[in-house]
Amino acid sequence: MSDLIRLTAAEQAGLLASRGISSVELTKAHLDRIAEIDGDLGAFLHVSADALTVADEIDAARANGVELHPLAGVPIAVKDVLATTDMPATAGSKILEGWISPYDATPVARLRAARMVLLGKTNMDEFAMGSSTEHSAYGITRNSWDRTRIPGGSGGGSAAAVGAFEAPVALGSDTGGSIRQPAALTGTVGMKPTYGGVSRYGAIALASSLDQVGPVSRTVLDSALVHDIIGGHDHHDSTSIPEAWPSFAEAARRGARGDSLKGLRVGVIKELDTDGIQAGVLARFHETIRALADEGAEIVEVSTPNFEYAVAAYYLILTAEASSNLAKFDSVRFGLRVTPSGSPTVEDVMSATREAGFGDEAKRRIILGTYALSAGYYDAYYGSAQKVRTLIQRDFAAAFANVDVLVSPTAPTTAWELGAKLADPLAMWLSDITTIPVNMAGIPGISIPIGLADEDNLPVGLQIMAPAREDARLYEVGAAIEALLDAKRGAAFSTLTPNYVGGGK
Amino acid sequence: MSDITEDTVRHLASLARIALTPEEVTRLTGELVAITAAVESVNRVATPDVPATSHPIPMENVWRDDVVADQLTIEESLSGAPDHDGSRFRVTAILGEEQ
Repeated sequence: MSDLIRLTAAEQAGLLASRGISSVELTKAHLDRIAEIDGDLGAFLHVSADALTVADEIDAARANGVELHPLAGVPIAVKDVLATTDMPATAGSKILEGWISPYDATPVARLRAARMVLLGKTNMDEFAMGSSTEHSAYGITRNSWDRTRIPGGSGGGSAAAVGAFEAPVALGSDTGGSIRQPAALTGTVGMKPTYGGVSRYGAIALASSLDQVGPVSRTVLDSALVHDIIGGHDHHDSTSIPEAWPSFAEAARRGARGDSLKGLRVGVIKELDTDGIQAGVLARFHETIRALADEGAEIVEVSTPNFEYAVAAYYLILTAEASSNLAKFDSVRFGLRVTPSGSPTVEDVMSATREAGFGDEAKRRIILGTYALSAGYYDAYYGSAQKVRTLIQRDFAAAFANVDVLVSPTAPTTAWELGAKLADPLAMWLSDITTIPVNMAGIPGISIPIGLADEDNLPVGLQIMAPAREDARLYEVGAAIEALLDAKRGAAFSTLTPNYVGGGK
Repeated sequence: MSDITEDTVRHLASLARIALTPEEVTRLTGELVAITAAVESVNRVATPDVPATSHPIPMENVWRDDVVADQLTIEESLSGAPDHDGSRFRVTAILGEEQ
């Protein structure tokens, strides 16, 4: 394994700028790593055939003195939920097998404009419905720490790719935890921006009032650097926030440098600090809180009584919106068409196509969403869930009146064994209990690795939350905690990663 | 307290245009009974005095000038279609013989 791939994106960018390495060399190192292990790891659904050509063009531009973005020439992986004009976008579903978009998703277009090198598309639960990446129509992704375990989901591919050094950074999408939970389970960093902070144009929609695109990386600064590229208003997405954002990279550098923790008011959410959390996860969480207090942070316990109803409300809102969004897969405009024998009507073709093209979890959620929206049940289910959403926002507002950031374990457990929760959809859904409230309120949340659980030696994540539009605060505080823990450990968290041993492709 | 039966699921599947197999109908009926029981709890706190939130970040209506922007061409729009005639999507009969 080349040492280059162990560097952070910021370090790789520095070497490119100083001409210590070329983008071709760097890109090839990552493609070699993918060839070496991804046949077993399964993080990528598609590897770009153009990556080296793009890298070569960037090297030529740099040699000619063209002014380039600092991350130009650094490779990145993209979750398969984002539309790309040069690679398929399947969202992990058979119904979109081989589909190539006529346009790029805005976050992808912005990566290309900054001249980052797209390595390929990463695996995910079908239409981002899942917490383990076992619901992809194209096979499982393994955990970069232990090949017998799930990498989290839905963005298990992006998290495993970054965790196993196949890419320094990646894009994900987060509807109920799909960036943060896989980050926690693979020992990587994952950020869900404020709703509207990053354009959703070209992101294949799951639940439009919850979905948000964000970065995945091995350090807080790297996520900030990518967020600076992909974020900001886009006229193609009317829900994208029009106001300008501060530099997230500057916030991360400030956090890593200074004394951001001194006097910081940190709220510990009582409802997410319970016996229901795995003991080893809780131990690392409490240890981190004590370390923050030692640095002069003020630790405050806060209560969010309505979080108890968040998962129930989330699954009503999500399935209602998903059943509506997934109606577009109708066999007419794109994707699969299955034509039954005889003289079928367009409705027969549609029904046969959707039966063949959707997996079990997608069907389960579409049927539940259709039920929640149907006449006579709308008020009791979808209407009530929207009221719970108000109550969760009020819980957050009350908590943020007294603290600067809130913290919790990112996930209730470490990575579980492949297959362990497949037979019980409700158990799988409950694994997102810690991340869902953030999406319901539209606020930003980041997960950073804080250590390994004693019972299984697997990564544990800390979730940090801030009020809407305060994404920069998360990068500052996240980088400060990361720097503190790195100093105590004497090395970056990623240096603990065991070398992934598995077959190539 | 669920009133979900296999007929309910068959009706929902027809609304959702999914030709479920009989085995899927049976399995989904059981799952839907369990899931709706689990999500009923929202009604404990969703009292009439609580307003509903549909969108996490409040926004006013978004306007732009009524001019042609960077839209897809017809060729681009048809590029992923299972079947088309060069300017329109092509589908099988809209109405069945008895309709």
